[in-house]
Amino acid sequence: MTTTAGLTKADFQSTQETRWCPGCGDYSILAAVQGFMPELGIPPERVVFVTGIGCAGRFSYYMNTYGMHAIHGRAPAVATGLAAARDDLSIWIVSGDGDALSIGGNHLIHALRRNVPIKILLFNNRIYGLTKGQASPTSELGKVTKSTPAGSIEAPVDALSLALGAGATFVARSIDRDKQHLPDVLRAAAEHPGAAFVEILQNCPVFNDGAFDHVADKQQAAEHRIPLVHGRPIIFGTEQEQCVVRAGDGSLRIAAAADVGREAIVVHDAHRHDPSLAFALSRLGDLSRGPVPIGVLRSVPTPAWGEGLVAENRRAHAAAGDAELDALLSAGDTWSVA
Amino acid sequence: MGVTRRRKESRERVIVRFAGDSGDGMQLAGGQFTSATATVGNDLVTLPSFPAEIRAPQGTLAGVSSFQIHFASRDIATPGDTPNLLVAMNPAALQANVGGLEPGTAIIVNEDAFSKRNLMKAGYEDNPLDDDSLEAFQVTRVPMTTLCQRAAEAVDGASSRDAQKARNLFALGLVCWMYDRPTDGTETWIAQKFGGQPLVRDVNLAALRAGYTFGEATELIGARIEVAPATDIPPGTYRNVNGTQTTSMGLVAASVKAGLPLTLAAYPITPASELLHTLARRRDFGVRTVQAEDEIAAAGIALGASFGGGLGVTATSGPGMDLKAETIGLAAMLELPLVIVDVQRAGPSTGMPTKTEQSDLLLALYGRHGESPVPVVAASTPGNCFDAAFEAVRIALRYRTPVILLTDLFLANSSEPWRIPSAADLPRIDPAFARHDDPDAPFLPYARDEVGARAWAIPGTPGAQHVIGGLEKADRTGTISYDGVNHARMTELRAAKVAGIEVPDVVVDADEGARVLVLGWGSTAGATRAGVRRVRDRGLPVARAHLHHLNPFPANLADVLRRYERVLVPEINSGQLAQLLRARYLVDVISHTRMEGQPLLAGAMEQAILEAMPA
Repeated sequence: MTTTAGLTKADFQSTQETRWCPGCGDYSILAAVQGFMPELGIPPERVVFVTGIGCAGRFSYYMNTYGMHAIHGRAPAVATGLAAARDDLSIWIVSGDGDALSIGGNHLIHALRRNVPIKILLFNNRIYGLTKGQASPTSELGKVTKSTPAGSIEAPVDALSLALGAGATFVARSIDRDKQHLPDVLRAAAEHPGAAFVEILQNCPVFNDGAFDHVADKQQAAEHRIPLVHGRPIIFGTEQEQCVVRAGDGSLRIAAAADVGREAIVVHDAHRHDPSLAFALSRLGDLSRGPVPIGVLRSVPTPAWGEGLVAENRRAHAAAGDAELDALLSAGDTWSVA
Repeated sequence: MGVTRRRKESRERVIVRFAGDSGDGMQLAGGQFTSATATVGNDLVTLPSFPAEIRAPQGTLAGVSSFQIHFASRDIATPGDTPNLLVAMNPAALQANVGGLEPGTAIIVNEDAFSKRNLMKAGYEDNPLDDDSLEAFQVTRVPMTTLCQRAAEAVDGASSRDAQKARNLFALGLVCWMYDRPTDGTETWIAQKFGGQPLVRDVNLAALRAGYTFGEATELIGARIEVAPATDIPPGTYRNVNGTQTTSMGLVAASVKAGLPLTLAAYPITPASELLHTLARRRDFGVRTVQAEDEIAAAGIALGASFGGGLGVTATSGPGMDLKAETIGLAAMLELPLVIVDVQRAGPSTGMPTKTEQSDLLLALYGRHGESPVPVVAASTPGNCFDAAFEAVRIALRYRTPVILLTDLFLANSSEPWRIPSAADLPRIDPAFARHDDPDAPFLPYARDEVGARAWAIPGTPGAQHVIGGLEKADRTGTISYDGVNHARMTELRAAKVAGIEVPDVVVDADEGARVLVLGWGSTAGATRAGVRRVRDRGLPVARAHLHHLNPFPANLADVLRRYERVLVPEINSGQLAQLLRARYLVDVISHTRMEGQPLLAGAMEQAILEAMPA
């Protein structure tokens, strides 16, 4: 039996050779996850990573935990089944924007609305990497790729809005290279009882290099990130000169702090049951140019899918022996032939 | 009820078909008649048939629902070819069923329903009751609606609409009288079912009794018919079951015997939905059901449950199988247990969702990309679905492989007496989860045991952490491998594991001197058995065998095939098994097919066997 005391990052590192492109954002996310895992106090054998297809799909191989590298987009379905059968595991999904939002969109929606106790990490680089550079469902309008040489004519899907629309009870956004922020968000996700959805803005150095430099780069961060902290007024900018206020029609807009009173600034409330504030935040800003909200948009502890059912199943099953089986087999009207 | 003084005739077997509008309660009347027949001790097989539309326009041919029961004083195998008695509740029911009737068949019609409007809706220009078009049959006109209304007058507060709704019970009462079936079971059922609605209860009881009394009191029906209890049935305790019930019970029994809670994930589809409904009520056995967002998710959820060390099962029909193919391929690669129940129906695509077919055999065997062999088990009768489901689980757990269980709509819906097995007689199934106690040695997730099954360590097992996935794995260690030689080896290992699954030899029931073998699979079992019996009744020798394992085939199949001059292969498809046998064994089998959405008929089988006889 592995003891949880004294677990280190090394306990979660597999011996498989990591094979992503040099400079890929996945390396820093992997390091953050491996580094944060010991904090959970859960031994590696009770942690499971389920992944789909794409560069992010390889993530499970690099964890010294149980894992399944499944099929394109289906990780939420597999993880849902695992959660249906087991309540003693910490179950994580690693997925990409194509995997989660295109082919796996349906499964993602339903895992979230069911509030399955799983943690979903969406690596969003706004491009298809493993298939070598086609547009993804999060690619911006006008994006020139191999499959859209004249520029994409499709509006991108916003991952956070979609998750909130599906009824997600925990929704957050972080950045691959942020060594402080990312573990904080992962920790909050891990503590959430139901489905937690974390979008991680991730750089693809080969097919979409620098897509998130405006938020990832420390120099530009103050200007382009709208940091969300529960209970704090939403203020940002190099001199904290920008803020978020409610517009007359009830939506949110960005304003100069100097032009509005302190009391007009929206105070972030991640625990509000009503998701309208979180949704409005998800529509705020511009992912391509900034500023963009970063942090936990919504965290509402809600009973997870089938809470207690696994234990009930196990009890019922353990109690079922030959006598119960005989009763089932011979239920209803019976007759004897001598 | 009173004892009749009317003349009695004895028959060995009888086929009755109730036909009416889809809202007329024909399935209910048929079901109750079946229960009454089972308690009398006859052997029986039933065939319900209903339209795909939930409520097709009343009185039209599209809306006709029917229920056929074949009962006999000897062991029988099929729901029967054509009825001896047709009960037609309206002109559409008559029109839809009169075509296949033999001359002399008794027909009872509800003559009240033969209005101009109903006749028109059924496509009759003239009333067939008034011309000579039904001359070949013994038609009895019964004003059921009027008689029901009269019977309901005795019930305080009953409206004529209440009385109308009870026509099916009037018909049931009359048919019970004709065949000397007891009505007390139905009376108890009505009393329980409508305990909270005394008016409905009393009207239904009145209609049932009126029907029975009508038979006794009038001279319209010449003779009562007696079918003695069957005497050639093995001793035991029996109940009446359909294939859905037995499939569910087989899965639950296997789950108990394996010590693994069952997770069934499914997406609603006709006719497999009934499995979801049935198992959803089995939380007392630790069964967890998930109504998935789609067929793909259903397979994924079941596989996820198996990954966690549970028994993962998914069930579907027709197009649902296509969507699950990707996940079945993954399960083959992961070498994890997964049971996929395919309740076959007529295709392609949506095809005929409420009609049967066994056309998914080649899909089950080959419907995946890459080299992806999967064991296939097929059930033969409603009762046999229990054994087939248990066997599918046994193979899946023992060999760590997805298994496809083929049943079909006919098996799922039709019912027969089932000799109840004893739980103690069912074998234990050992999931044999792997442990890893030596921290210095690496865990080898793809190390194999004596039957070629890989080590199954479930999450939570200390020291055995590993990652499985769709990418090819290196032999033994399970690391990702693009090595061609390794891929060839792994392909062969997976194939050898499936090919080496131990399945019982095919058993031949043969007459001395038989030169023809009838070899069936799946739900044709009843028709082939009945067809063979008819040929034998003519004094002609013939052999019969039935396949329950379609992959791998029984080891003795090659010998069996070569022992006969002619091999006749009946199927409800275009000849899929025939094609397999020709390819595998180089035996030029004779293919007999029917693709009309209906089971094979004993009469047609008899004819096919006679034609296959060498000169």
